[in-house]
Amino acid sequence: MIKKLYQKHRRKNRLIFICLLVLVSILSILSLTLGNTNYDIATVVRVLSGETIKGATFAIKTLRLPRLLIGLLVGLSFGMAGATFQTMLRNPLASPDIIGITAGSSVTAVFCILVLKTSGTTVALASVLSGLIVALIIYGLSKGGQFSGGRLILIGIGVQAMLNSIISFLLLRASQYDIPAAMRWLSGSLNGMRLSNVSLLLPIVLVFGFLLSLLSNQLKLLELGDPSAITLGVRTHLVRVSLVLCSVVLLAFSTSITGPIAFVSFLSGPIAKKIGASAPIAAGLIGSVLVLSADLIGQFALPFQYPVGVVTGILGAPYLLFLLIRMNQKGGTA
Amino acid sequence: MMRKKLTVLVTGSILLLVFTIFISLAFGARNIPFKEVIEILGSLMNDAMNNETSNTMNALVLNERIPRTLFGLLAGAALGVSGALMQSVTRNPIADPSILGVNTGASLLVVLGIAFFNVNTSGAYILFALIGAALTTIFVYGIGSLGSGGATPIKLALAGAATSAALSSLVSAVILPRVDVMNAFRFWQVGSISGGDWSKLAILTPVVGFALLLGFIVTPALDALSLGDDVATGLGVNTRFIRLIATVSGVVLCGATTAFAGPIGFVGLMVPHVIRLFSGPNLKIIIPFSAIGGAVLLTVSDVIGRLIGSPGELEAGIVTAFIGAPVLIIIAMKAKVRTL
Repeated sequence: MIKKLYQKHRRKNRLIFICLLVLVSILSILSLTLGNTNYDIATVVRVLSGETIKGATFAIKTLRLPRLLIGLLVGLSFGMAGATFQTMLRNPLASPDIIGITAGSSVTAVFCILVLKTSGTTVALASVLSGLIVALIIYGLSKGGQFSGGRLILIGIGVQAMLNSIISFLLLRASQYDIPAAMRWLSGSLNGMRLSNVSLLLPIVLVFGFLLSLLSNQLKLLELGDPSAITLGVRTHLVRVSLVLCSVVLLAFSTSITGPIAFVSFLSGPIAKKIGASAPIAAGLIGSVLVLSADLIGQFALPFQYPVGVVTGILGAPYLLFLLIRMNQKGGTA
Repeated sequence: MMRKKLTVLVTGSILLLVFTIFISLAFGARNIPFKEVIEILGSLMNDAMNNETSNTMNALVLNERIPRTLFGLLAGAALGVSGALMQSVTRNPIADPSILGVNTGASLLVVLGIAFFNVNTSGAYILFALIGAALTTIFVYGIGSLGSGGATPIKLALAGAATSAALSSLVSAVILPRVDVMNAFRFWQVGSISGGDWSKLAILTPVVGFALLLGFIVTPALDALSLGDDVATGLGVNTRFIRLIATVSGVVLCGATTAFAGPIGFVGLMVPHVIRLFSGPNLKIIIPFSAIGGAVLLTVSDVIGRLIGSPGELEAGIVTAFIGAPVLIIIAMKAKVRTL
């Protein structure tokens, strides 16, 4: 009986996984073919296989391909990291962009952009470092006595308020010409991506995404609560720290390239749960779907060209509120 | 014993207030010695009576600092009382406009006003900010208090943080395509009292004064409410009415301040907690003294910002966030897990 259930569960998981992959492929094809000039699929394939077609090669290989790949990778890392935090803290609202961890890397990135005028790898490394430091500070402050997810969330919100005031301060001091760039970055944008960004992000996402998937079994045990997890042989502290580490690296690298794309890390986990997929990779794929479709909407469906983060923010807000209401009705938050 | 403590509190806070006013007048990009501050103040009063103007450099500087100081005191008092009222109405130690997302709500409406309705007068700013603040408060509190256990700190904080994330992406949707609005908004977005002048004071004073009065009137009833609804009803308090009045007063206080000074966080969070250390849970003391405490805190933060940021300035809102966020963290660390 149990075995049957288990098999059913696995079959369902596989089905969801395949559906998500198909969805991502469709979105990918759309984002390669659509643009100022629309190309048909045959042209796209020819360009990708190395042929040089005037106009199309530039548009597809230099503009659209990096944008697509970065969107995919960033969505993947936001989704996985967000779902990890939510599961770990047993609270769907406790995503890194609400409890201050994303803000930790944003601060440094804004500082690099506006004050040091650097870009690329330096920004990425600096923001990974500051994201980690902030995450560890939040974790350390909330650790006194028994670990409490609630306490961590409150402290995170406090830290985030502080970091946001630093960001506002930096924005205020900047010259007027740098502001639009910084604002665009701050709301999360896929504009101006290059293949060099991809080669920076790809190995990181592969390695740390893989690590997160490996840890997902331990994470499930952690979700049962500390006492049960310890009884089942989980070294809670170690597992938690490594989960935080992997998620923050993923988050911070992605954030340093595109900026914080609102609500992706927040929404992916709950959506994955809703459709019944529990693996972190499923949340990651949902993240990619969200980013790619929001980017398409932002480019083509609205009167102004909006950066992707604004679109995810506006689309995410109603869902967030719905979720809040549902959760509180069930009494799940506290 | 109690009386002795009260005397200490009263004299202490009055001394602190006077001291604050003096340093706010004296320090800044140009420091004026205390002695000279007094002399100039005296001569300014003479001038006002004789309709003359003195124009030594220091007198001119002081003339600029007087409205700014008054504005800081007023805004600080408003924020402090607003925090105390909200904390007692929601029975929640972390209720504060910045945490409940009220500031972002006010921001959104102000931005909408700038972008679509050509808002540029002080009166219109205040109206838009008030509407935004009120709607957001109702909304966040409504969501946070659903379900069993009512509005626990953690539920309210999350509802506030999530709502303000949602609202701020709406803010960026409005301002990103409009560079001019973006530029106006970034100065408003960081709370600061540097823009305080007589014309703003003229609008802010009656609004804040009225709301403060409302708050003070309902204070005894709120004190009864803190014993629990049943006891309060037994004591003849109309619980819903009192809550409504206290909430209206709290929202008006923080909304009006936000309209002129931009979002200044954490004043309302910190001050009541500090006062409570001296007074115990007696609201009749906490609420009036939160006014003084808030006034002192905001004005001192402004002075600190002027000194640290010299030759420019560091906005008061940034200073208060830096002093205040640790207070929130300490509250969270001290709170028992159960009460979160």
